[in-house]
This record gives sequence, structure tokens and C-alpha cells, in this order.
Amino acid sequence: MTAIAPPRSKQQSRNPVQRLREMDRDKLEQMIVGYGFVLPDLLGLLIFMVGPMIMAFVISFTDWRLVGDPQFIGLDNYQKLFDDPRFLSSLKRTATFTLQFVPAVYVLSLGMALLLKRRSRANGFFRTVYFMPVAMSLVVAGVIWRFMFDPSNGIINVILSELGLPTSKWIGSVDTAMTSVIIMSVWKSAGYFMIILLAGIEDIPNDYIEAAQIDGANRWQTFRHIIMPLLKPTSFFVLVILSIQALQAFDQIYVMTRGGPAYSTYTTLIYMYDKAFRQWDFGYAAAMSVALFLIIFVLTLIQVRYFRSGEVRE
Amino acid sequence: MTVKNPRSLFGTALWYTVCIVLAIVFAGPFVWMVSNSFKLPSEIFADPPILISKNASFDNYREVFRQAPFERYMLNSFIVATSVTLIALLLHAMAGYALARLNFPGRNVIFVGIISTLMIPFYTILIPLSLLVKELGWFNTYLALIVPAIPHAFGIFWLRQFFLGIPSDLEDAARIDGASRVGVFFRIALPLARPVLAALAVFFFLANWDSFLWPLIAANKPEMRVVQVGIQSFSSEHGVSWHLIMAASVVAILPTMLLFFTLQRFIVQSVKLSGLKG
Repeated sequence: MTAIAPPRSKQQSRNPVQRLREMDRDKLEQMIVGYGFVLPDLLGLLIFMVGPMIMAFVISFTDWRLVGDPQFIGLDNYQKLFDDPRFLSSLKRTATFTLQFVPAVYVLSLGMALLLKRRSRANGFFRTVYFMPVAMSLVVAGVIWRFMFDPSNGIINVILSELGLPTSKWIGSVDTAMTSVIIMSVWKSAGYFMIILLAGIEDIPNDYIEAAQIDGANRWQTFRHIIMPLLKPTSFFVLVILSIQALQAFDQIYVMTRGGPAYSTYTTLIYMYDKAFRQWDFGYAAAMSVALFLIIFVLTLIQVRYFRSGEVRE
Repeated sequence: MTVKNPRSLFGTALWYTVCIVLAIVFAGPFVWMVSNSFKLPSEIFADPPILISKNASFDNYREVFRQAPFERYMLNSFIVATSVTLIALLLHAMAGYALARLNFPGRNVIFVGIISTLMIPFYTILIPLSLLVKELGWFNTYLALIVPAIPHAFGIFWLRQFFLGIPSDLEDAARIDGASRVGVFFRIALPLARPVLAALAVFFFLANWDSFLWPLIAANKPEMRVVQVGIQSFSSEHGVSWHLIMAASVVAILPTMLLFFTLQRFIVQSVKLSGLKG
């Protein structure tokens, strides 16, 4: 500690032994306080996250059920998993949800961010309104949209037929249930990502945009060649968070359709929940969760590598 | 906004049109929820639809609290969300401070370890966690609802980032005055972190008030239900009491909407920060 004030340091320098002891004491204090401060959270993470994560792998190698002693059965669960058409189709539905939800939210929230980039007194008002669904739980949002998507006389069908547009059975039909859940999810999330993208856009120095405009770039060219490249880090972050959200989507599906009708919205997470907490087949459900984790892990690695290589090229 | 020529007048009109249409899409469901929470059951699917019922009353709200221990659900959610928020803030601030400003062996390894827990998805630990909670005898208790929700690397990371940035002069001054390391944390560092703590508090409270899957699994006794789970009690295989569900939904989002409108600045700030840190 060199930054210690004069009176003390004078005292210390007089006696090197005492000074050494002072330093040791501070080191010791930092160590004790440091470990003491980190310990509660560290224990919490170990007991309630890392431990369970390891346990998930262990359980997935057993036939653990609610009753009876679990036996190790090796990779049996995994073998069963990849012969299970319900699991494979649930993966496909999870992918469908993700591949539609992520681009839809990204495009809509980017569009809204660009709209609100424009200086106007009404800006704050619109921002608040678009952001409002963020303050609502997925459960409540799911409940409201389920109500509005009522296949026979929900308000959305009423409005559509008023406007002379074709109505739909929404969550009541195998063909449209997934789309309905996605529409609701996009509505719920767009405002949040609009704020992040807006912050990213506002971080772009105005000089760049003005310089481009002086060079005769029109709005589209400015957007395409100035805003989009400079927004790349923010976009990357948004896409990663969106993908995580999409793959973990549960609440709204559970509330709106419970995986139905006829399994048309039966994603892997809903299947896992049913297996574990309705059929109490923990071993098989754990294998499902581990398999999903590994698949997503590999896909994320590929995604990161792809983005990195893109950066190098530019 | 100054109008220079007809073209930009057209642009302004177009801008407003798009913004207003979007506003209707985003606010519409809120309006419809509130509207239906005041209706008679027979008016819910009336043709043509009714926006403001002539028979509007608080009957549905009274019924919600009569048919289910809804005040208990609200209290449970409040206890859980508040406890998680307060305990998590204190623990994360301590951990973040230690990782940023104290020197001890293994500090960086611990930090990397903490950050790597961000890769653990909740669905993978759900089953072991539920078995663990049963094993600990916590099933159907507040402990089950609160404790597993506390540890989270995100808060630690964020507070560490903040503490890395504070100047050491203030700390040194307090140290010279004889303050201990613990004293410096509580009297100097923690008060400095108030804006970050406020943003995180809003974030944690919202996340825990809204959480559904874990409370659904960690408790099944009616008196241990949180509000998000409790809303489901008005819909069964026999049918859905939409007038009650809408009233229950309004009650359930009241606290978060209140937070939203009073602390919107903080929320926007926390969202922006989370974006920029990426």
C-alpha cells in the first residue's frame, strides 16, 4: 500500500518490522473479507446451479422415477430419445418457434427503433407504449392473447371480419396455433429489444451519418452501409439473447395451448415438463434436457464462429 | 419538428400513422383486458363487442378474492420477489465488490467460474433442483421459492463492472481514517452503487414477480401459490371464466405496472446497460 497518508507511513517507515506486519495484516484482511464476501454467492451457485447441472447428467443415465430405487442404465435414455418421434418432432417445433420468433422480433424492434430515432415530441409517448408489454408477465400476456385469439368470437377475429379480412381459428387450429403463440411472443418482447437497439443506434456518431448524406447517400443507403454495420455488435447481442429466450419459451405456450391442439405447439420444454412433472419419469426427462442443452451448445458455438469470421472479413 | 415542404409533411403524416397503428397494437391488449375485467360474463363475447360496459362494476374483482385466496397469492409473490431482490442485491454486491477491489488468491478463477454458470440453462437444472428441494424438505415452503432464485451470475458481473470503475481515492481516505475493508464496503462502496442497485432491484423484482415455471414446481399447496400460478385457478377443463381471469390479471400486473410507470427511467437504463455490456 503506497497510497497511505503521511502520518501513518512515517510511523510505519520508522519500524520496518511493524510495517511488514501492517502489510501482512492488510493482505490477510483482504483475503478473509474477499473469501467471506464471495462465499455466500459462490455456495449458492454451486448448490443450486452447478450441482444440479452435474446431477442432470447423472440422472439422465438412470431410470429415476418418483418411486423405486433408480438404476444406472447407461445411454438407454438417449437411445430411446432418438427413436422417440414425439421428441424429434418437439425439437422441430422448438426450431420452428425459434426461427420465426427471432427474426420477427429483430426486424420489428429494429424498425421501431428506427422510427423512434426521429426527433419528435411524441417520441417518449410511443416509446413508453411499445415498451409496456415488458412490464407484464408472460403468463398474463399469454392469458390475454389466448382470450383475444378465441377461435370463434375473440376480438381479433371480430376486428378482422369488420375490416373485411379473412378470420382464422388461431390457437384452435393445428395450422395456426404456433403462429398465434409466436405473434404473442413477438408482441411481448419487441419493446425490450427496441430499447437496446435504439441505444445502439444513438451511439453511432452523427458525423458518420451526416458525412454519408453529404456524399449523396439516401436513407436506405445510410441505413444499409452506415447504421447496419455499426450496429453489428448490438445486433449480435440481441440475436443471442433472443435465441436463448426462444429456446427457453415455456410460460406462454403452457398458458395459451399447453402444447395443443394435437401437439401442434408441443415444444421440447413442454414435453420435458410433462415427462418429469406429470409422468414423473425424471431419468428420461433429464436426458431430454441434457440433449437439448448439448444441441443448443453446439449450435451456439457454430453461430459464434460464423459471426467472428464475418467480422474478420469486414 | 419544422415542416419544410409537402414531402416532409407527408413524411410526418406517415410517421404518425405508423406510430399510432403500432401503439394500438401494443396498448390494445391492455385496454381490452381492463375493459373485460369490468364486464358481466354475458357481455364478454357480445356482438358487437362492448368496450365500456354499461353495467361496469368491481364485482369481478370482488369475486376473484372470494373464489380464491388471491390476497394470499399476492402476498406470496410479494414476499418472494422482495426477499429475492434484497438478498440477491446484498450478496451480489458483496461478491462483485470482492472480485473487483480485493486481492486474494484464486480471485480470477472464481470470477471465470461464476461467469461460466451463465451457460447453464434453467430447463436443464429444473429436474435436479426440484429433487434437491424435496430432499431438503423445502417443498411447499418459502425457502423453496426464494433460495434457488437468488444465485445468478448476471448481477455479480454487473456490480463487479461498476465497482471496477469507482476511483480508489474515496476508499483510501476511509482506510486512512481507520475503516476496515468491511466498513469501506458498507459505508463507501455500497452507497456509491445506488443507481446500479436501483436498476438491478427493478430488474430482479420484475423477473421474480413474473416467474412462473419454478413456483409451479416448487409448491402445490394453494396457500403457497404465487400470483402467476394462481391466475390459472380460474381456468379449468370445464371452461374459462374470462371475466374473472381478466380481473385477476389486472390485479396481478398492478404492482409491476406501478413500478414501470414510476421507475421507467431506471428500467430503460437497466435494459440499455444490459445491451451495451454485451
